Amino acid sequence: MSAALVEVDGLAKTFDVSLPWLNRVAERKPRQFVHAVDDVGFTIGRGRTLALVGESGCGKSTVARLLVGLYAPTRGRVVFDGVVASAGGARPASIRRRMQMIFQDPYASLNPRWKVKDIVAEPLREHGFAAGEGQRRIADRVGELLVSVGLTDADADKFPHQFSGGQRQRVSIARALATQPEFLVCDEPTSALDVSVQAQVLNIMKDLQVRHGLTYLFISHNLAVVRHVSDEVGVMYLGRIVELADKALLFSRPRHPYTRMLLDAIPDIHMSGRSRTPVQGEVPNPLNPPSGCSFNPRCPHANERCRIERPKLLAIDGVRVACHAVEERRV
Amino acid sequence: MPAPLLEVSNLRVEFPGRRGTLVALDDISFSILPGEVLGVVGESGAGKSLTGAAIIGLLDPPGRIAGGEIRFDGRRIDNLPYDEMRRMRGRSIGAIFQDPLTSLDPLYTVGQQLVETIQTHLPLSGAEARLRAIRLLRETGIPAAEERLDQYPHQFSGGMRQRVVIALALAGEPRLIVADEPTTALDVSIQAQIISLLKRLCKEHGAAVMLVTHDMGVIAETCDRVAVMYAGRIVEMGPVEAVIHSPAHPYTAGLMGSIPAMDEERDRLLQIDGAMPRLNAIPAGCAFNPRCPRAFAPCFAQRPELMAAGSTRAACWLHAPPLQVAA
Repeated sequence: MSAALVEVDGLAKTFDVSLPWLNRVAERKPRQFVHAVDDVGFTIGRGRTLALVGESGCGKSTVARLLVGLYAPTRGRVVFDGVVASAGGARPASIRRRMQMIFQDPYASLNPRWKVKDIVAEPLREHGFAAGEGQRRIADRVGELLVSVGLTDADADKFPHQFSGGQRQRVSIARALATQPEFLVCDEPTSALDVSVQAQVLNIMKDLQVRHGLTYLFISHNLAVVRHVSDEVGVMYLGRIVELADKALLFSRPRHPYTRMLLDAIPDIHMSGRSRTPVQGEVPNPLNPPSGCSFNPRCPHANERCRIERPKLLAIDGVRVACHAVEERRV
Repeated sequence: MPAPLLEVSNLRVEFPGRRGTLVALDDISFSILPGEVLGVVGESGAGKSLTGAAIIGLLDPPGRIAGGEIRFDGRRIDNLPYDEMRRMRGRSIGAIFQDPLTSLDPLYTVGQQLVETIQTHLPLSGAEARLRAIRLLRETGIPAAEERLDQYPHQFSGGMRQRVVIALALAGEPRLIVADEPTTALDVSIQAQIISLLKRLCKEHGAAVMLVTHDMGVIAETCDRVAVMYAGRIVEMGPVEAVIHSPAHPYTAGLMGSIPAMDEERDRLLQIDGAMPRLNAIPAGCAFNPRCPRAFAPCFAQRPELMAAGSTRAACWLHAPPLQVAA
């Protein structure tokens, strides 16, 4: 494997969701915190794709935002190409330029009052790419970017509302590529799209990865999509990574009971007759997570130890998994 | 064969506007047998939700039924006066919508909403209705139903709310349930629970279901027959296995190929280029022709109707008997 481009170590983010001071005093309520992300660590090799998957509220989007610096981490660090990128304070532009983000909702992430050429050119101007070279150079570059995502030069003069969802997402990708980043963080880039359009966008993302040697962090709740795009997969549950493995291993031999449950829950499109066993229960309230392993109330293999002691992410049989039952060879 | 419970024939829905009339649904015909589960799939804007809305009489104005008819149990329901349709809704045809938060009233407890619905449709006293409400909640798998009855929707999680919505839809013991994307807003693990619940309850209550969704996986697991919609028309209809394993319409084939599969490794997904046309710019001939990899002369000249194609019916000239193409 090539050297890691991104290294994340012990990353944590806590949000203060306390009531206002006066209410706390009057109602005698304590301060409250949500541990949205807790002790998350992984590395992504250059040119590879790590997917983070999990249900809503598991903290996968928070990890994405921590990585690109939209949130400051409470603890832990992000190392980008050997440089610590989260030492507090603003990141140097030299690092910001090299990582970009694609957001989920292409209707909300493009300014409706800007033309596409301004949207795509914004990062160029921001990072002083075309300084001294003038408007002409910027226009050429915008044209190139649009063509590379399957749009045309002429689209530069349109407004976002003139595009469909899939085309808008292409504009987002073109904007993200403007500064020639090496690392793209994609937060559910195709969840808002129809399947046929999703296929177009996923294909473009794969082509661009090959052409520019991009490294992706791909956030999704859709395991089938994750299986298609990723090299490695991290499964998150209530703010923690519960299993981190090579794609082939994770899908052929899922270890963590939660991973198995997620895989079992996927509707079987080919009707192979595999019976689907719906899991009992729901994701617990993150304000008040269960003690021990946070999956224990829903887990068929939970025992006393699982209810008391939080499992660590351990290397077992070539994968990393946080589960007492797997560690003790009970499953 | 038993008489169909719901029969939709040549349904046409229009939206009159200042710049002309938009035809949102055109010549939609299908039927649902008692106890059958019919899936309706398509991408956003295909008209699948609109078909459901037309059946339950909840088309948003200025949308209106401009042609065709809808029969429920042999009786025409597309032209019923408002009050009569209101009585049908809930009693004969139940509805489940996509977003469980907006289909419940936040200012009333779940129990009040259930009791109101039950008493609207069934001649029960308050206490009896309450008992029935508790039983319904229990049937839908809500733990501690008695206590939950007096809670407000915001105290329920997404999956639990959708269970309440299902309980509401079943309250009047309808014979048909129109479920519009009932699991789209839910996480996969909850989705599986809700789908199996819906399947079990409909079987127990003997209700037929029209399941509107964009998720082929859900269709494959749940439905007996499926109708695939594109740009306001049904382009393929048939038994679910045939449509999924040997789709006859190029659009259905493209749709199936663009879904990332769990059990095979592909470098690239099959993609359908382009996007669905807008309602005001539907191409002449077959509406799919600009995106179709197999389009040929007749596709641009004349609009295909549903015709036999293997074990399904597809609106595609590829399946026309040779004579007809020549003519």
